[in-house]
Amino acid sequence: MDRVILHCDLNAFYASCEALYHPEYKGLPLAVGGDPAQRQGIILAKNQLAKEAGVQTGEAIWQAKKKCPGLIVVLPDYEKYHMFSHRVRQIFLEYTDLVEPFGLDEAWLDVTGSQKLFGDGKTIADTIRKRIRDELGITASVGVSDNKIFAKLGSDYKKPDATTCITKQNKKQIVDPLPVSDLLNVGRATAVTLHGMGIRTIGDLSNADRTILSKRLGKAGDMLWTYANGLDPSEVRPYDYHEDNKSFGHTVTPPKDLTDIHQIRPIFYILTQDICCQMRAQNVLCRKVAIVYRDSKLRWQSRQCGLDRPSENVKEIAEKGIGLLGKSYDFALPLRSVGIRTMDFVKKEEHLQMSLFVDEVNKEKDHIIECTMETINNRFGKDCIVRCIALEGKDYE
Amino acid sequence: MSKNYVGVLALYEPNGDIRPLEIIWKDGYRYPIDTVKQVCSAASLKSGGIGTRFTCVIRGQLRYLYLEEKQQRWFVERL
Repeated sequence: MDRVILHCDLNAFYASCEALYHPEYKGLPLAVGGDPAQRQGIILAKNQLAKEAGVQTGEAIWQAKKKCPGLIVVLPDYEKYHMFSHRVRQIFLEYTDLVEPFGLDEAWLDVTGSQKLFGDGKTIADTIRKRIRDELGITASVGVSDNKIFAKLGSDYKKPDATTCITKQNKKQIVDPLPVSDLLNVGRATAVTLHGMGIRTIGDLSNADRTILSKRLGKAGDMLWTYANGLDPSEVRPYDYHEDNKSFGHTVTPPKDLTDIHQIRPIFYILTQDICCQMRAQNVLCRKVAIVYRDSKLRWQSRQCGLDRPSENVKEIAEKGIGLLGKSYDFALPLRSVGIRTMDFVKKEEHLQMSLFVDEVNKEKDHIIECTMETINNRFGKDCIVRCIALEGKDYE
Repeated sequence: MSKNYVGVLALYEPNGDIRPLEIIWKDGYRYPIDTVKQVCSAASLKSGGIGTRFTCVIRGQLRYLYLEEKQQRWFVERL
């Protein structure tokens, strides 16, 4: 029996939530954008009218207003979006427990086993769309197919508030003519490589030689071929499925550009403090530290290095990041954003080689201090106790 | 905002259901609710926001009365 998988995509999610709470903006171009005073003034989402005027997600607000002078920009309210996302997922869960969220506004649903109760895939998709529209006042597009990839293509195919079914029979008409970049996991670089091979549409990709694709793109080539042919076997995970994080990281864009390493030290300490809390919650130690930074010309760079031994020590990780940044960047241009990330985790219970050259006693003391700070912060509120160095970083947060 | 927040006299049933009995307007005037025809989750496209919508009959006319989920405030749509 073929699987029946839905992919549900909430249309212009942030903008739709805001439009619902601002009926006075009905019929006007509306966008949700970051705060320019915090130097986060980019478009995060826009409604259909703004889209028609050429406004694009990710562009600066001033650029968007140039294209669309009457554009209304509202600040994001993430609490509201989380609430809406939660409500939508509660609707999904009335039809199946196999609900795999993909961000706040998308999810796959496997309704193969629910058809006897609620009707076929299209009926369930239409019911869900209607409920989202009536109960939450926003719209969704749903794709129905026998695999996750085609279901996602279906939800992108017709917007807003539409259901698209992709079957083996209509695959040639719907899927094959789509540009190859529409396929999941085909980014800009992969698209360029595929174009170089004469592959422009998903149909071209599905007819391409699988061995040649694997040679050119490695494992990804084989995977994309299965995607294009609708043979992706991956399952929709149950809603309560939990996968441990493979990395923890934070990036900030402070209100002022950063001109030397001393301004970055407190920032890295603040970010690392948070990261280490998350690592402790997952009961892991990291073996690698990575940093990212973006200069004032908006060019991103990243560097990573190994730690001498697995750690969850704030000072050790933050200093490693600072050392790495000092070595790799000369501050020819000021930095606009910086971030730090830990990865390559080992479980704490695993036996670890101790080092003769590390002061284990002091490290243990540090650990006790950090755990105590975390307990105090959990009990009395975030940041009620911080390191002295973190106070210097408040200006740059 | 085109919302009219109102006072409501309601009966909280033992099973957790809520039954609004009277709407109390800003000036203190009371409108008894004859019957509640339907209760469902719904968005108010006129006033903005989501919540539990009570379809009420008041003096023979149908009116929507909303209970906002987060703030637990009652409102009716402005005509």
